[in-house]
Amino acid sequence: MLRVENVAVRFGGVQAVKDMSLECPPGRVTGLIGPNGAGKTTLFNVITGLQKPESGRVLLDDRDLTRLPTQRRARAGLARTFQRLEVFGSLTVRENVLLAAELKRGWSRKGDVPVAVADLLLARVGLSALADSQAGALPTGSARLLELARALATQPSVLLLDEPGSGLSELESRALGDLLLSLAAEGMSVLLVEHDVELVMRVCEHVYVLDFGELLCEGPPTHVQADTRVQAAYLGAELVTA
Amino acid sequence: MSTLLALTVAGLVTGCIYALTASGLVLTYTTSGIFNFAHGAIGMVAAFLDWQLIAWGMPTLAAFLLTVLVLAPLMGVAVERIMIRRLGNASLEVTLTVTVGLLLLLIALADTVWDTRTARRVQPFFVGQQVTVGGVVISYHQLVVIAAAIVVPLALWAFLRLARTGVAMRAVVDDRELAALTGASPSTVGMLGWAMGAGLAGLAGVLLVSQVELNAITLTLLVINGYAAAVMGRLSNLPLTIAGGLLLGVLQSLAIGYVTISWLNQVQTSIPMVFLFLALLIAPPTRLRVGQLAPLLAPKVPGARQTYRAAAAFLVAAGVLTLVLPSGRVDSFTHGMAIAIILLSLVPMVGYGSMVSLCQLTFAGIGCVAMAKTGGSPLGLLAAVLAPAAVGLLIALPTMRLRGLYLSLATLAFGYAMDDNFFSNGSVMTQTLGLPVPRPLGIDNPRAYLFFVIAAFTACAIGILALRRSTLGRRLVALGDSPAGCATIGMGIRSTKLGIFALSAGLAGLGGALMGGQEGVVGYTDFPLLLSLTLLLMAVVWGVRTISGVLLAALFFELIPLLNGHLGAVGNSVLPLLVGLGAVSLGKNQNGIVGTVLQRTNGLRKLPALPHPRQHPDHDDATDREEVLTGAQG
Repeated sequence: MLRVENVAVRFGGVQAVKDMSLECPPGRVTGLIGPNGAGKTTLFNVITGLQKPESGRVLLDDRDLTRLPTQRRARAGLARTFQRLEVFGSLTVRENVLLAAELKRGWSRKGDVPVAVADLLLARVGLSALADSQAGALPTGSARLLELARALATQPSVLLLDEPGSGLSELESRALGDLLLSLAAEGMSVLLVEHDVELVMRVCEHVYVLDFGELLCEGPPTHVQADTRVQAAYLGAELVTA
Repeated sequence: MSTLLALTVAGLVTGCIYALTASGLVLTYTTSGIFNFAHGAIGMVAAFLDWQLIAWGMPTLAAFLLTVLVLAPLMGVAVERIMIRRLGNASLEVTLTVTVGLLLLLIALADTVWDTRTARRVQPFFVGQQVTVGGVVISYHQLVVIAAAIVVPLALWAFLRLARTGVAMRAVVDDRELAALTGASPSTVGMLGWAMGAGLAGLAGVLLVSQVELNAITLTLLVINGYAAAVMGRLSNLPLTIAGGLLLGVLQSLAIGYVTISWLNQVQTSIPMVFLFLALLIAPPTRLRVGQLAPLLAPKVPGARQTYRAAAAFLVAAGVLTLVLPSGRVDSFTHGMAIAIILLSLVPMVGYGSMVSLCQLTFAGIGCVAMAKTGGSPLGLLAAVLAPAAVGLLIALPTMRLRGLYLSLATLAFGYAMDDNFFSNGSVMTQTLGLPVPRPLGIDNPRAYLFFVIAAFTACAIGILALRRSTLGRRLVALGDSPAGCATIGMGIRSTKLGIFALSAGLAGLGGALMGGQEGVVGYTDFPLLLSLTLLLMAVVWGVRTISGVLLAALFFELIPLLNGHLGAVGNSVLPLLVGLGAVSLGKNQNGIVGTVLQRTNGLRKLPALPHPRQHPDHDDATDREEVLTGAQG
């Protein structure tokens, strides 16, 4: 289980995240929503070690990760995708996933065969047909799915997804939702940042709403949806009609 | 005591010039995001222009003002408009090649316009006038320098704090996209940054020129002191940069006055390197950056079977060529193939890993010396690989915590120091006789040796392609593409980078040893820093991501001197001019010549047939809120 305790981040004079805590238990998809600039991606960066918090702790199964560098956290079972893509553009689609699988296996000869893992995961996210294309040439939606496959190849216990649904068609988005639900059913903790409200409502059991770096409210999706503060934060009542 | 004081004052004056040039460097870098390796060359051209104006009869002050306030800034604007603007979000090896290309181009131009055989002197300001302060004689010229170093930073400070444009510049430095949203134009600011940077380079060049000889290369390379000062200011902090420049000037002056180490020929040139490395050691580590660069289209990696077939065909063709080549051409072809091995060392480092070494020929030289000292046995060949690999490891180590640019700067300072202190050192090789180098493994027949070098090239090429197909190769490419992505899948970055840098230095050493074996005797001018730059540019221009690219680059390099014979006096400038132009044009086609050909012939990886590949989802508030809306309606 991933736990974030009282994390605060400051950029110069701006308090990007204020005293934020959340829990992300295994076997469920947890949502993290909020208007742009609310601090969602910053929180992801803190969890994965790309951003040092001013205060607070990040715990994975009661192990304190706060001082570990990014790659050690990844080896501890944390994987993520990026809102601004970070695919390995000069490698092929297959090589992207293969590399992650190879790193998981390390130099030993034990464990799953990386090539098999890569092909399986590409099939699972629906990218098999593009396996030999250069990853840098993928359209945004497919590149997001590639990042997802790459993250899964590290066999994480916690998966952080930063807007995986943007750039996807309605059909693809529905398939993504199915995939997330099945990952949770396999026992993974999934933390989902997403603007596609329909997707959030469908897959999340619990939603945290962030605004101006602060927790606005939390609870089951329907509860959050009905919250007037949330509606105000989104400049109107769009959420209600979802 | 008075000596100490005099040395300190002299050092401070030089330090003022370093501070000025370094401020210009930082200003350009922070506003445009591109590190200008040609900064010194711009100062050099300004110094020549100043000399030219005075030679035409213009009063000294008028020439000074015209050069510093008009001509040099215009140069900066032209460079920004023509070359820099379209680089956009290009990767380090591309931006670096373009500005290094500009450096070589400007040197070649200066050497062509202002004949190098004529000695030129520029008089200092107020010749002969001086004051004595506390027993130290200070010339009026030195006072002018000090005044400039006080006035210019103050003016800069006022401009950046108070003027509207200055504030816009600071905004762009802080956050490009945000500044653009609030109405500041990053491209105007970039142009202004280049104009001011070039102006400062010109100011430093003109102030410096009466102290040193008016020589294109000397003046250009003096800027390495400026780099060292700028690194002290972490390439972004102006006050720290100025302090770094002053400190460096004083240290250098004191070292020249007091330090007498017999094995260091030129204390002067080793100080900036030492200073730079110290600055690197104390620099705070760079955070992993999120937000990646636009990747180039990568050439297809040949499979194992394809590699062996091509290698066999190449060996057969080369074998036939070895037998039928006219005797007079054997040596130059051997030399070309040895150069090809040195260039091959750039493929894993620059081509796959996007790390750029600017002193690959220095590593080649170390390999050559190592073999010359241990003999041509297999042991000697091993030394030729291991010695530069070990040195490379030491150089790369302090830069691993930092951005890739710092590695390039470290290699530049290292190559510069080695030019003056290692290769021209009496205990390494005698200046008059050079250093005899044995033929490795005792292969004395020139044709047999040619085939040996070709076989070595082929073996190394097979090895590099095998490396690329391995997990290490994937790690390397991934690292160049997205360090943040690498870290989030659990990959340690430093060991991979260090390993490849050492491997590449070792391979360059092997090439250097084989080249030395062909030449029989190497001299201290055989491994100059500027030639390292030329070779790097040729490799990138032809295509540093492919074996065929570097092979063609090496053969082209070998061909040019043959042409020179037919071109007469202009000939000597042909290579740097061509290379410079090629590198500068890289801004337009970043894949190099071989890459372009591959693109035309579908040798590059196929793109999926979709209308707009690679669009960054640039979110701003408006579109995001709209997405919420559409999500709600759907």
